[in-house]
Amino acid sequence: MKVLVTVKRVIDPYVKVRVKSDGSGVETANIKMTMNPFCEIAVEQAVRMKEAGVVTEIVVVSVGAMQSQETLRTAMAMGADRGILVDAGVDIEPLAVAKLLKAIIQKENPQLVITGKQAIDDDSNQTGQMISALMGWPQATFISNITVNGDTADVTREIDGGLEKLTIKLPAVVTSDLRLNEPRYVTLPNIMKAKKKPMEVIKPDALGVDVTPRLKTLKVQEPPSRSAGVKVADVKELVAKLRNEARVI
Amino acid sequence: MSIYNAPLKDMHFALHEIAGLDEVLALPGFEEITAELVDAVLAEAGRFAREVLDPLNRSGDTTGAKLDNGVVTAPAGYREAYAKFIEAGWNGLGADPRYGGQGLPHTVAMAVQEIWNSANMSFCLAPMLTSGVLEALRHHASPEQLEVFVPKLTAGEWSGTMNLTEPQAGSDLSAVRTQAVPQGGHYLLRGTKIFITWGEHDMSENIVHLVLARTPDAPEGVKGISLFIVPKFVPNADGSVGERNDVKCVSIERKMGIHASPTCVLSYGEGKGAIGYLVGEENRGLEYMFTMMNHARLGVGIEGIGLAERAYQHALDYARTRVQGREIGQRSGDRVTIIHHPDVKRMLLSMKAQVEAMRALAYTAGAALDKARRHPDPVEKRRSQALVDLLTPIVKGWCTEQGVEVASTGMQVHGGMGFVEETGAAQYLRDARITTIYEGTTGIQANDLVGRKVAFEKGATAMTLIEEMRALDAPLAALGADFNAARSNFTAAIDSLEAATLWVVDTSPVAPNAVAAVAVPYLKLFGAVAGGWVMARSAIVARAQCEDPQSDREFLTAKMATARFYAEHILPQARAHADTVITGSSSVLALDEAQF
Repeated sequence: MKVLVTVKRVIDPYVKVRVKSDGSGVETANIKMTMNPFCEIAVEQAVRMKEAGVVTEIVVVSVGAMQSQETLRTAMAMGADRGILVDAGVDIEPLAVAKLLKAIIQKENPQLVITGKQAIDDDSNQTGQMISALMGWPQATFISNITVNGDTADVTREIDGGLEKLTIKLPAVVTSDLRLNEPRYVTLPNIMKAKKKPMEVIKPDALGVDVTPRLKTLKVQEPPSRSAGVKVADVKELVAKLRNEARVI
Repeated sequence: MSIYNAPLKDMHFALHEIAGLDEVLALPGFEEITAELVDAVLAEAGRFAREVLDPLNRSGDTTGAKLDNGVVTAPAGYREAYAKFIEAGWNGLGADPRYGGQGLPHTVAMAVQEIWNSANMSFCLAPMLTSGVLEALRHHASPEQLEVFVPKLTAGEWSGTMNLTEPQAGSDLSAVRTQAVPQGGHYLLRGTKIFITWGEHDMSENIVHLVLARTPDAPEGVKGISLFIVPKFVPNADGSVGERNDVKCVSIERKMGIHASPTCVLSYGEGKGAIGYLVGEENRGLEYMFTMMNHARLGVGIEGIGLAERAYQHALDYARTRVQGREIGQRSGDRVTIIHHPDVKRMLLSMKAQVEAMRALAYTAGAALDKARRHPDPVEKRRSQALVDLLTPIVKGWCTEQGVEVASTGMQVHGGMGFVEETGAAQYLRDARITTIYEGTTGIQANDLVGRKVAFEKGATAMTLIEEMRALDAPLAALGADFNAARSNFTAAIDSLEAATLWVVDTSPVAPNAVAAVAVPYLKLFGAVAGGWVMARSAIVARAQCEDPQSDREFLTAKMATARFYAEHILPQARAHADTVITGSSSVLALDEAQF
């Protein structure tokens, strides 16, 4: 079966993020970028399923700026077979991304779509769910396990307070959580091979999707710096502070 | 502890703008390699180093390798890291594609080696020695030997070592005594080798020792030394590992640094004799070993750079977080992180400037090596060979000496905490300290530079380089008033280098002793000025790139300021070194032995 995996290019998690001086967003120019870690887990899962003989082809798709081709190459070095970039720039919101992906999915006809549960830059946690709704497909979010049995898949979801086991009908959308797998290190020979794998670049117009942002960012600012803590004398004082000052209990 | 992040921007800049990677990638044999591919390789290497190798650096230093009854165990985690390293194919990065290597240029391999060294120098000595063995075998081994040993070494399933030193034969290898007696199709070796890095360990399935030894009828001295392959396990006909050979590790050294890397005393032939296979012809071993030594010397220079970079990142992290005192002139208000203090800034800049200069110079040497090997034009090929020959002792000698200095400055930035081991700054200094010693001490490098490299060809290549340096005067002048001091310092430094070079050329034939007495100051002079050369070029390129509105101005303006710092704070040392060279030899030779 064919699997479609989505990947997003984000700021490297080891980079200290800085807010632009005009407050319009965060600084991304000339900053080290990398594949969103949850997307990496999604790619790894597809590659493992291919190695296990369950999957025959892995198509990896990114929506973003032209530099996202590097991210697609990394996914191909991990084991994806070909890449598609929707050249939509960086100011793009989850609904537009989901619509673009819907158009690609309709063209590619995969049996399974794996997305990361969220991207570590905007933390939107929406794209997978929106694809499911737009396609009218079942969804299983935050999965930590998946087994395909013919035209269904058994999945384990990480939910508050435990694990939820579901059987979903394929085609379906799943979103990867942290414990789904531990992504491999890309091997040097595969980096070399990845550059020969096919990559297609598509404009949003060609997919008939309007990507105009629906949200307006008013201002982006640094979170307030944490103020110094206080020592409490006993549990009683702690409880009083939690109740009266922090108002959390 | 700080986290290592490969300095990908500066590496990219040094590779493309200074070393001329585009020209290297245009050489025959590199058709498949693109600039984007090189970026991807460096990014992935950086990630592997950050996540796998760097976290083991401190623990490996604390526990060290252990020897128990002839068996050496690498520190916890190293075996697994090595398995990941070879599984990811990093071992064969620069190796011959015919035997499973990836065939990347030396220039790129050096950049990747810098990354490994920054993260964990002890660890990466193992693959570095393997690549040295591959280099020697590639040139001199028989087709059968290539077939048996090279694919396994390329994959890293087997690792390699270099066995030169014996207790009485250190820098002077003519004193080698290990015996090799022919028997049937092979030889039996007996003797003791010391200082064998990763000479015994549990990370690879087999270890291939390259050993210098004498055959029974060999002439005295360096002309009677042959080179042998002595595997830890003798390979079977099908390539699998067979019986245990008669070579064992009798002790490992307690050292100042690189604790995770076992430095072994190997005893050959305590029983029936260690089975060895002659490489090439008898009595040409030293010559063969030198093909790998030049390669290895550039590699050790890279160790100096890698450690200096890591020490810089560590110190920078501390300076950005340690709060102490107020801004100078402020009596009240918030206390600041120490990076606000001008002297801490100066120390950090001295580290940054030297690292960037060394990096650009070493990659330039790497590019010259690639061109010397592959350039289709014989004139360019010869010119490149002359350049890499000249630069090799400078990269080895100068980059390691500066590496120690930078690591020491890194400790200084930490203040008292730097002297405390758990801060981690001390390890970089301790690890760096070996680099000026092994693979030929700084003194040996300096003698090589003044003798075989400069005096031998009457300074021809050095003078060509000096002319190239002088040609930068006009573009430096165009950088404007900010660069006035830098430019005049650069000119003065070139004058100093030229004067000292002429002195070396003139004095060598008549008083080689006098030249040897000041060879190290000459090497330091050459290094400092060559560093000034690549930094001047960096400033010129950076200014031009700033014109592009899309450019990374933060990086480029920092590059220009760093180049100025180099010219204003480091280049003035050139004059002092040159004075020492020209006037200082007789005082060195004035005392006789008894007067010390």
